Amino acid sequence: MNDILVYITSGLGALFVLLAAIGTLRMPDQYLRISVNTKAATLGVGLLLTAAALFFLDLSVTTRVIAVIIFIFITAPVSAHLIGRTSYFIGNKLWENSYIDDLKGKYNKSTHELKGINQREDNEEETEEKS
Amino acid sequence: MNVHDFLYYIILPILSVSSLLVFVRFFKGPSIIDRVVALDLLITIGIGIIAIYSILSDKPTFLDISLVLALIAFLGSVAFAYYLEKRNKNE
Repeated sequence: MNDILVYITSGLGALFVLLAAIGTLRMPDQYLRISVNTKAATLGVGLLLTAAALFFLDLSVTTRVIAVIIFIFITAPVSAHLIGRTSYFIGNKLWENSYIDDLKGKYNKSTHELKGINQREDNEEETEEKS
Repeated sequence: MNVHDFLYYIILPILSVSSLLVFVRFFKGPSIIDRVVALDLLITIGIGIIAIYSILSDKPTFLDISLVLALIAFLGSVAFAYYLEKRNKNE
Protein backbone atom coordinates (compact mmCIF):
# COMPACT_ATOMS: atom_id res chain seq x y z
CA MET A 1 0.00 0.00 0.00
CA ASN A 2 2.75 2.38 0.98
CA ASP A 3 4.76 1.42 -2.10
CA ILE A 4 1.79 2.17 -4.33
CA LEU A 5 1.55 5.68 -2.86
CA VAL A 6 5.27 6.20 -3.48
CA TYR A 7 4.80 5.06 -7.12
CA ILE A 8 1.88 7.46 -7.66
CA THR A 9 3.38 10.55 -6.02
CA SER A 10 6.84 10.19 -7.52
CA GLY A 11 5.42 9.45 -10.98
CA LEU A 12 3.11 12.46 -10.91
CA GLY A 13 5.91 14.67 -9.58
CA ALA A 14 8.32 13.63 -12.33
CA LEU A 15 5.57 14.20 -14.91
CA PHE A 16 4.91 17.74 -13.64
CA VAL A 17 8.62 18.55 -13.61
CA LEU A 18 8.93 17.28 -17.19
CA LEU A 19 5.95 19.41 -18.24
CA ALA A 20 7.57 22.46 -16.61
CA ALA A 21 10.80 21.81 -18.50
CA ILE A 22 9.00 21.40 -21.84
CA GLY A 23 7.02 24.57 -21.14
CA THR A 24 10.20 26.47 -20.36
CA LEU A 25 11.64 25.36 -23.68
CA ARG A 26 8.58 25.88 -25.86
CA MET A 27 6.64 28.87 -24.52
CA PRO A 28 6.91 31.95 -26.76
CA ASP A 29 7.17 34.63 -24.09
CA GLN A 30 9.08 35.29 -20.88
CA TYR A 31 5.96 35.94 -18.83
CA LEU A 32 4.40 32.65 -19.93
CA ARG A 33 7.67 30.87 -19.10
CA ILE A 34 7.68 32.35 -15.61
CA SER A 35 4.08 31.22 -15.13
CA VAL A 36 4.85 27.64 -16.24
CA ASN A 37 7.88 27.51 -13.95
CA THR A 38 6.07 28.63 -10.86
CA LYS A 39 3.02 26.43 -11.17
CA ALA A 40 4.28 23.14 -12.56
CA ALA A 41 7.70 22.98 -10.94
CA THR A 42 6.41 23.84 -7.49
CA LEU A 43 3.74 21.14 -7.64
CA GLY A 44 6.16 18.59 -9.09
CA VAL A 45 8.86 19.12 -6.49
CA GLY A 46 6.25 19.08 -3.74
CA LEU A 47 5.03 15.69 -4.94
CA LEU A 48 8.59 14.31 -5.17
CA LEU A 49 9.32 15.41 -1.60
CA THR A 50 6.03 13.86 -0.49
CA ALA A 51 7.19 10.60 -2.06
CA ALA A 52 10.33 10.75 0.09
CA ALA A 53 8.25 11.38 3.22
CA LEU A 54 5.93 8.46 2.38
CA PHE A 55 8.86 6.14 1.76
CA PHE A 56 10.64 6.80 5.06
CA LEU A 57 7.54 7.24 7.30
CA ASP A 58 9.61 8.84 10.03
CA LEU A 59 8.70 11.86 12.13
CA SER A 60 11.94 13.77 11.63
CA VAL A 61 11.94 13.18 7.85
CA THR A 62 8.31 14.21 7.58
CA THR A 63 8.83 17.47 9.45
CA ARG A 64 11.85 18.28 7.28
CA VAL A 65 9.89 17.57 4.12
CA ILE A 66 6.97 19.70 5.28
CA ALA A 67 9.36 22.56 6.07
CA VAL A 68 10.88 22.39 2.58
CA ILE A 69 7.45 22.22 0.91
CA ILE A 70 6.10 25.20 2.86
CA PHE A 71 9.24 27.18 2.11
CA ILE A 72 8.97 26.47 -1.63
CA PHE A 73 5.25 27.24 -1.69
CA ILE A 74 5.87 30.60 -0.01
CA THR A 75 8.94 31.72 -1.93
CA ALA A 76 8.20 30.57 -5.49
CA PRO A 77 5.35 33.09 -6.17
CA VAL A 78 7.36 35.90 -4.58
CA SER A 79 10.41 35.33 -6.75
CA ALA A 80 8.28 34.86 -9.86
CA HIS A 81 6.49 38.13 -9.19
CA LEU A 82 9.77 39.98 -8.66
CA ILE A 83 11.31 38.62 -11.86
CA GLY A 84 8.20 39.39 -13.88
CA ARG A 85 8.16 42.92 -12.50
CA THR A 86 11.82 43.43 -13.39
CA SER A 87 11.21 42.02 -16.85
CA TYR A 88 8.40 44.52 -17.39
CA PHE A 89 10.54 47.43 -16.22
CA ILE A 90 13.51 46.47 -18.38
CA GLY A 91 11.15 46.78 -21.30
CA ASN A 92 10.62 43.26 -22.61
CA LYS A 93 7.67 43.06 -24.95
CA LEU A 94 4.72 40.76 -24.45
CA TRP A 95 4.02 37.97 -26.94
CA GLU A 96 2.30 39.34 -30.03
CA ASN A 97 -0.86 37.28 -29.47
CA SER A 98 -1.34 38.26 -25.83
CA TYR A 99 -3.23 41.51 -26.04
CA ILE A 100 -4.16 42.42 -22.45
CA ASP A 101 -1.65 44.77 -20.81
CA ASP A 102 -3.29 46.53 -17.90
CA LEU A 103 -0.26 48.60 -16.97
CA LYS A 104 0.23 50.07 -20.44
CA GLY A 105 0.43 53.86 -20.21
CA LYS A 106 -0.55 53.89 -16.54
CA TYR A 107 2.81 53.28 -14.95
CA ASN A 108 5.69 55.65 -14.47
CA LYS A 109 8.72 53.42 -14.92
CA SER A 110 11.27 55.77 -13.37
CA THR A 111 9.39 56.69 -10.17
CA HIS A 112 7.41 53.39 -9.87
CA GLU A 113 4.09 55.15 -9.35
CA LEU A 114 0.72 54.06 -10.63
CA LYS A 115 -1.09 56.83 -12.38
CA GLY A 116 -4.77 56.42 -11.57
CA ILE A 117 -7.48 58.55 -13.12
CA ASN A 118 -7.90 60.80 -10.06
CA GLN A 119 -4.19 61.40 -9.74
CA ARG A 120 -3.93 62.41 -13.38
CA GLU A 121 -6.70 64.99 -12.90
CA ASP A 122 -4.90 66.33 -9.85
CA ASN A 123 -1.72 66.75 -11.83
CA GLU A 124 -3.59 68.60 -14.57
CA GLU A 125 -5.15 70.95 -12.01
CA GLU A 126 -1.74 71.62 -10.50
CA THR A 127 -0.25 72.50 -13.85
CA GLU A 128 -3.21 74.77 -14.60
CA GLU A 129 -2.74 76.58 -11.29
CA LYS A 130 0.94 77.01 -11.95
CA SER A 131 0.38 78.39 -15.41
CA MET B 1 9.90 -4.29 -10.15
CA ASN B 2 10.23 -2.79 -6.70
CA VAL B 3 10.35 0.85 -5.66
CA HIS B 4 14.11 1.03 -6.05
CA ASP B 5 14.06 -0.10 -9.69
CA PHE B 6 11.11 2.16 -10.50
CA LEU B 7 12.88 5.23 -9.14
CA TYR B 8 16.22 4.28 -10.67
CA TYR B 9 15.06 3.42 -14.19
CA ILE B 10 12.03 5.70 -14.70
CA ILE B 11 11.93 8.70 -12.36
CA LEU B 12 15.60 9.68 -12.40
CA PRO B 13 15.88 9.56 -16.25
CA ILE B 14 12.76 11.75 -16.54
CA LEU B 15 14.27 14.30 -14.15
CA SER B 16 17.60 14.20 -16.02
CA VAL B 17 15.90 14.77 -19.37
CA SER B 18 13.92 17.69 -17.97
CA SER B 19 17.05 19.31 -16.53
CA LEU B 20 18.71 18.90 -19.97
CA LEU B 21 15.74 20.65 -21.60
CA VAL B 22 16.06 23.51 -19.12
CA PHE B 23 19.78 23.70 -19.89
CA VAL B 24 18.91 24.22 -23.56
CA ARG B 25 16.77 27.22 -22.56
CA PHE B 26 19.57 28.41 -20.27
CA PHE B 27 22.05 28.56 -23.14
CA LYS B 28 19.58 29.76 -25.77
CA GLY B 29 17.65 32.34 -23.76
CA PRO B 30 17.38 35.61 -25.69
CA SER B 31 17.48 37.88 -22.64
CA ILE B 32 18.97 37.62 -19.17
CA ILE B 33 15.54 37.18 -17.57
CA ASP B 34 15.18 33.83 -19.34
CA ARG B 35 18.50 32.72 -17.91
CA VAL B 36 17.53 33.70 -14.37
CA VAL B 37 14.25 31.81 -14.68
CA ALA B 38 16.01 28.75 -16.12
CA LEU B 39 18.56 28.80 -13.28
CA ASP B 40 15.73 28.94 -10.74
CA LEU B 41 14.03 25.96 -12.38
CA LEU B 42 17.34 24.04 -12.49
CA ILE B 43 17.81 24.40 -8.75
CA THR B 44 14.18 23.39 -8.19
CA ILE B 45 14.70 20.22 -10.26
CA GLY B 46 17.86 19.62 -8.20
CA ILE B 47 15.74 19.59 -5.05
CA GLY B 48 13.56 16.88 -6.60
CA ILE B 49 16.61 14.85 -7.62
CA ILE B 50 17.97 15.10 -4.07
CA ALA B 51 14.65 13.83 -2.70
CA ILE B 52 14.69 10.80 -5.02
CA TYR B 53 18.37 10.16 -4.34
CA SER B 54 17.82 10.16 -0.61
CA ILE B 55 15.25 7.38 -1.12
CA LEU B 56 17.65 5.42 -3.34
CA SER B 57 20.63 5.66 -1.00
CA ASP B 58 18.40 5.29 2.10
CA LYS B 59 19.92 8.34 3.79
CA PRO B 60 17.31 10.94 4.82
CA THR B 61 20.11 13.31 5.86
CA PHE B 62 20.33 14.50 2.25
CA LEU B 63 17.00 16.29 2.66
CA ASP B 64 18.75 19.00 4.71
CA ILE B 65 20.67 20.00 1.60
CA SER B 66 17.40 20.49 -0.28
CA LEU B 67 16.33 23.08 2.31
CA VAL B 68 19.60 24.97 1.80
CA LEU B 69 19.19 24.78 -1.99
CA ALA B 70 15.66 26.18 -1.79
CA LEU B 71 16.97 29.10 0.25
CA ILE B 72 19.77 29.74 -2.26
CA ALA B 73 17.37 29.63 -5.21
CA PHE B 74 15.05 32.18 -3.61
CA LEU B 75 17.86 34.54 -2.58
CA GLY B 76 19.49 34.24 -6.00
CA SER B 77 16.41 35.14 -7.99
CA VAL B 78 15.51 38.01 -5.63
CA ALA B 79 19.05 39.42 -5.90
CA PHE B 80 19.02 39.10 -9.69
CA ALA B 81 15.66 40.88 -9.91
CA TYR B 82 16.80 43.69 -7.60
CA TYR B 83 20.10 44.41 -9.30
CA LEU B 84 18.81 44.05 -12.87
CA GLU B 85 16.20 46.69 -12.13
CA LYS B 86 18.83 48.96 -10.56
CA ARG B 87 21.22 48.58 -13.48
CA ASN B 88 18.47 49.61 -15.84
CA LYS B 89 17.75 52.70 -13.77
CA ASN B 90 21.33 53.93 -13.68
CA GLU B 91 21.86 53.79 -17.41
